[in-house]
Amino acid sequence: MRDRDDSALRSTRSTSEPHDETPGVPGFRTWRGVYWFVFACFVLVVVALTIFSRVFA
Amino acid sequence: MNVLDWIVLLGTMLGIAAYGTWRTRHTDHLDTYLKGNRTTKWGTIGLSVMATQASTITYLSLPGQAYESGIAFIQNYFGLPLALIIVCAVFLPIYRKLGVYTAYEYLGRRFDAKTRLLGATLFLLQRGIQSGITIYAPAIILSTVMGWQLELTIVFTGLLVIVYTVTGGSAAVNLTQKWQMAVIFGGMVTAFVVLLMKLPADATHIAGAMGKLQAVDFTPDLERRYTLWSGLLGGLFLSLSYFGTDQSQVQRYIGGAALREGRLGLMFNAVFKIPMQFFIVMLGALLFVFYQFQPDTPVFFNQTEWRRHLEGSDAAKFRALEAKHAGLHAQRTAAARAWVLARDRGDAASESSARAAMAGAQKKVEAVRKEAKDALVAANPLAKTKDSDYVFITFILTQLPHGVIGLLIAVMFASALSSKAGELNALGTTSTIDLWRHFRPLAAHDEARNVRNAKRFTALWGLFAISFALFVGFAENLIEFLNIVASIFYPALLGVFIVAFFLKKVGGSAVFWGALAAQLVVIGIFVFGKVYPAREIGYLWLNPIGCAACVTFSLALQAVLPSRTDAAGG
Repeated sequence: MRDRDDSALRSTRSTSEPHDETPGVPGFRTWRGVYWFVFACFVLVVVALTIFSRVFA
Repeated sequence: MNVLDWIVLLGTMLGIAAYGTWRTRHTDHLDTYLKGNRTTKWGTIGLSVMATQASTITYLSLPGQAYESGIAFIQNYFGLPLALIIVCAVFLPIYRKLGVYTAYEYLGRRFDAKTRLLGATLFLLQRGIQSGITIYAPAIILSTVMGWQLELTIVFTGLLVIVYTVTGGSAAVNLTQKWQMAVIFGGMVTAFVVLLMKLPADATHIAGAMGKLQAVDFTPDLERRYTLWSGLLGGLFLSLSYFGTDQSQVQRYIGGAALREGRLGLMFNAVFKIPMQFFIVMLGALLFVFYQFQPDTPVFFNQTEWRRHLEGSDAAKFRALEAKHAGLHAQRTAAARAWVLARDRGDAASESSARAAMAGAQKKVEAVRKEAKDALVAANPLAKTKDSDYVFITFILTQLPHGVIGLLIAVMFASALSSKAGELNALGTTSTIDLWRHFRPLAAHDEARNVRNAKRFTALWGLFAISFALFVGFAENLIEFLNIVASIFYPALLGVFIVAFFLKKVGGSAVFWGALAAQLVVIGIFVFGKVYPAREIGYLWLNPIGCAACVTFSLALQAVLPSRTDAAGG
C-alpha cells in the first residue's frame, strides 16, 4: 500500500536549504561544535546537581 | 482576589489572546497556518517548544510534588538534552528537507500509507485525550480554591484558546506562546523572590536535612521511579518520542526562517530546561521549609474540601485532628529551630540528636496528615485526598500581595492556554494532512479548502477537549495514568521512526507488524507488573524496552518477509 499524497505538491514543498549550514553562533563554526557545547553544559549541570545533593545531604 | 488581581488576570489573558488573534487574522496560506510565519526566529521557536511542553501541571503540581517527595523528579529530565541533540542532528533536517507538515507524513513517504495512518492514529488518540486533561487539571484546582464554577472555568479556558488557535493557526500559537512565557517567567520569579524573603537563613540546609534536596540518585534499582539511570535512559527515549515524533512538538520547530532557527530553538531548550525545572522543584522544597515555621500550616492543603467537613456532622472529629496537627506542628517547628541552633554552634553530637528529633517530629506530622486523609475518605469515600497540588496555590493566595496574586493566577492560565494551543494546532493539522487529505487526495491542491478544513478540525478537537474535561471529574489519578499511557504507546512509535531514519533496508510491512508486536510486548510487561507488583518496573523503562522491541521485530520480520514488501517509500 503506497501513500496517496500528491507527488507534485510534495516536490514543491521540499526545501533546498543546505543540510549542515553554519550555526551562525559566535565561537562555533560547525553544528557539531554546538552539540558538544550543549552536551558539556548538560554534564556540568548533572555534576553540579550531584555536588548539591552531597552538600545538603 | 481583589479588583487589582482581576485586572492583572483578565488583562494579561484576554490581552494576549486578542493580540494573537488580531495579528494573525489574515492567515490564509496553508504553509503559514500549519507551520507558522516563515520569518520566525529561534527565540520564538525555543519559547514555543518550552511553552508547549510545560502545562499548568508543571507550575502548580511540581512544587507540590517537591514539597512532599523532594526534588528527585528533576532526574526525569536528564535524557532531554541528549534527545534534543539527536532530534537536531537527525530528525529536524529530514523533516525540513522533505517539507512535511507532520511527522507521520514522513512515515508515509518512507514506508507506506498504513504505517503513516498507524502513527497518526496513535498520536490523535493519545493527544486528543491529553488535551482534555490540559484544561481539566488546572480548572479543577483553581475552581476549588477560588470558589469558581468548574464547568465555567473549563468552558472559558477552552473557548479562549479555540478562538486564537483557529484564527491564526501555528502563527498565532507561536506569537501568543512567546508572551505567555514572559508572563510565566515574570510570575514565577516574583513568587520565588517573595518566598526567599520569608525564609529563615538556613532554609536550604533545613530542606537538605529533611531529605528534600536529593537531586541525583545513583542507585541501580529498576523499581525506583526516578534515578540517574532511569532518567538518562528512560528519559532519553521518552523525550526522543515526545520531541521527535509527537506532532505537537514537531510543529513548533519545523517552521521558521531556516533550519538554523529550529536547531537553535531546540538547543535553547536543551541548555535551559533542566535549570528551569530545578528552579520549580526548588520552589517546592523551599515551600516545605516555609511551612515548617508557619504557625497556621493546614493539616490538609485543600482547605475548601476540609472546611466542608468542619461544618458537617463529623465536625468534632475534624476539629480534633486539626488541634492534634497544630500541637505536632509546633513540636516540629521547635525541633527545626533546635537543629538550626545546634548547627550554628558547630556541636556535632547535639546537631545529630536534633536532626533525629526533627525527623521524628516530621514523621508524627505525616502520620496525623494521613489520619486526616483517612477521616476524609471515611466521611466521603469519593473524597480526593491528594492535596500536594494545593500547596503552591495556598501559598500564592495567602502570602503574596494583591496584584501579584492576579499575576500568578495568570501564570496558571497562561501555561494551560499555551500547551493547549500547541496540542489543538497539532491535532487539527494531523487530522487534515494525515487523515482528511489521505482520503481526499484530489483536494490537496485546493489551498483555501485545506485551510478551512484545518480550522474546522482544530475547532472540533477544541470542543472535544472541552467536552472531555467536563465529564472526566471521576478520575483523580488520571494525570499520572495518562503519563503512564504515554510510556506505553510512545515506545513503539519511536521504534518506527528509529527504523525509518537508521535502517534503510526495512520496509513498511515489516515495521508495521514489528510495531504492533512491540506494542503487545510493552502492554504485556505493564500488565505483568500490575499482576505481580513485586516485579513491577518503573514506567520510564518501558520506553527503551518498547523501542528496542520494535526495532528488533522489524529487522527479524524484514529478514523473513517476501522481498516484494521491501522498502516502499525509500
